[in-house]
Amino acid sequence: MSSLLAALQTTSRIGEPNAVAMGFFFLFIATTLGITFWAARRTRTTEHFYAAGRTISPGQNGVALAGDYMSAASFLGIAGLVSTTGFDGLIYSTGWLVGWPVVLFLIAEPLRNLGRYTFADVVAIRLQQTPVRIAAAVGTLATVSLYLIAQMVGAGGLIRLMFGISYEAAIVIVGLAMIAYVLFGGMLATTWVQIVKAVLLLGGAALLTLLVLARFGWSPVALFSAAAEKYGQGVLAPGRLVSNPLDAISLGLALMFGTAGLPHILMRFYTVPDAKAARTSVFYATGLIGAFYLMTFVLGFGAMVLVGPDAIRGVEPGGNMAAPLLAEFLGGTPLLGFIAAVAFATILAVVAGLTLSGAAALSHDLWVSVVRREKADATEQLRVARVATVGLGILGVVLGITFKGQNVAFMVGLAFAIAASANFPALVLSIFWRRYTTAGAVTSMVLGTLSTLLLIYFSPTLQIDVLKHAEAWFPLRNPALVTMPLSFLSGILVSLLWPRPGESAGFDAVSRRMHLGQEVQPSAISPQPSVD
Amino acid sequence: MAEAGFAARLATVAEARWRVAIALTVAMIALYFGFILLIAYAPSLLARRLLPGLSLGILIGALVIVASWVLTWVYVRWANTHYDEALAKLGE
Repeated sequence: MSSLLAALQTTSRIGEPNAVAMGFFFLFIATTLGITFWAARRTRTTEHFYAAGRTISPGQNGVALAGDYMSAASFLGIAGLVSTTGFDGLIYSTGWLVGWPVVLFLIAEPLRNLGRYTFADVVAIRLQQTPVRIAAAVGTLATVSLYLIAQMVGAGGLIRLMFGISYEAAIVIVGLAMIAYVLFGGMLATTWVQIVKAVLLLGGAALLTLLVLARFGWSPVALFSAAAEKYGQGVLAPGRLVSNPLDAISLGLALMFGTAGLPHILMRFYTVPDAKAARTSVFYATGLIGAFYLMTFVLGFGAMVLVGPDAIRGVEPGGNMAAPLLAEFLGGTPLLGFIAAVAFATILAVVAGLTLSGAAALSHDLWVSVVRREKADATEQLRVARVATVGLGILGVVLGITFKGQNVAFMVGLAFAIAASANFPALVLSIFWRRYTTAGAVTSMVLGTLSTLLLIYFSPTLQIDVLKHAEAWFPLRNPALVTMPLSFLSGILVSLLWPRPGESAGFDAVSRRMHLGQEVQPSAISPQPSVD
Repeated sequence: MAEAGFAARLATVAEARWRVAIALTVAMIALYFGFILLIAYAPSLLARRLLPGLSLGILIGALVIVASWVLTWVYVRWANTHYDEALAKLGE
């Protein structure tokens, strides 16, 4: 068996330009640009640009939500983690899913009924627009930028490994493609890019799963058993990854509630016609994402048994090439090429979704609401949204090149921690709590963002892993266990200490619209009437 | 008078909706963090083998995913029938 592993290490064609990968990649780019061209002719207003004219069906949005959420980190990262650590990797497979029921129970329907384009619409609805929107935009842009850096750097490294082109060229290609989708096609093109990507990713994962299971008598248990025989029973049991229980709980909080505060996910609920469609779309998304993470069990253990942890780490120390190596083992260069193209498509789609939500925060929340006080006409709104898209796209490319070679894996966890500690508490309190005030909302969002950034700086994640110091002042690798309660409590405390009866009075109208939809005019709710 | 009755009925529906949402959220939190706490404090229990190749940990991990599906199904089922129906009846 070891001779096979050695042979595999020397014969892997990963990193060489691969005709099949190139072919699939250009097919994907051509298809998605075709979609963009089609969508561009249907994108004439901000309603189209941010929300696809609210014409996306629940089934389409369910697939698109799955596409927006399943990043390359979850496909390549979890398969790699399971293939090298076994059971411990599965902690992530479950953690990345459990936020979705929370999105369904608490967020999706109120968000659809109360807002227009961003989650700040909901938080600001009966509070003072300017301070709330600035604070929400800070939380959104922090989440989006960190997530974008992680995706960009991952994309550069991945594409270099798989296609053999330079890191910088890869980043520029990703940047140009995502700008094209969002700039011309807005949310409609972005939605269809997500759908194409989700179908490719789920199809690729399902194909690999079936090919693995075919070798083990169609029984996952036989596969796990083979893994245990080869690498010991330990691979089926909790190991070293969770050495500190508080760390595990803190990461769990960030994953579970961060999902419910990710701006690019929340924005998708505005693309469907009504709250019931939002509800149904989360149901589909949860089904698809759960199926995907169940398949990572088989992909990870399949790569462990068929490729081997040493061969996987030999190609890339982080284990991220486990799924591509497994594909190469099962289907040779053609399947490797297909999976490589799928991974690329995955990254492209996620960065497009992120860019659109960042552009909405910049143009809808900051420019239109704060700077222009709702006095910008439709043409100006659309123009500003497009300028913001290009700006963010260029920023993404610059950040991707700046962070070349840096350890940015922690940034996804950090983005989830900010989403859980700034966006989620403000959203939940504004939906549920009559006495929430402007000062309370600003406090939760600003304190949540700042405390997360500060504590991650002093955490082992940055001090030990990135800066190579011997120890860290703050013990937790992910700060959500401290920062999320801090955000909730500070927001509640400030609201109770300085009550605003005028703002609380708007809650009845908000509550009515939350359940019944848009029949209640915004002017009946907001203390500062706003013009659509 | 009709308006006051409408508001009161809406308040009842809203309360029921939040009761269901919060109960299901608490159930999800309990399931997931129960799993995490078992990993942290009872790793040897999760290492127990049910079949050759199937540890209790892997089974529970897969069941957490299945439980997420079941809870979302329960909510959608409840909302599609009880909640939507109650909202539709509000105007009567």
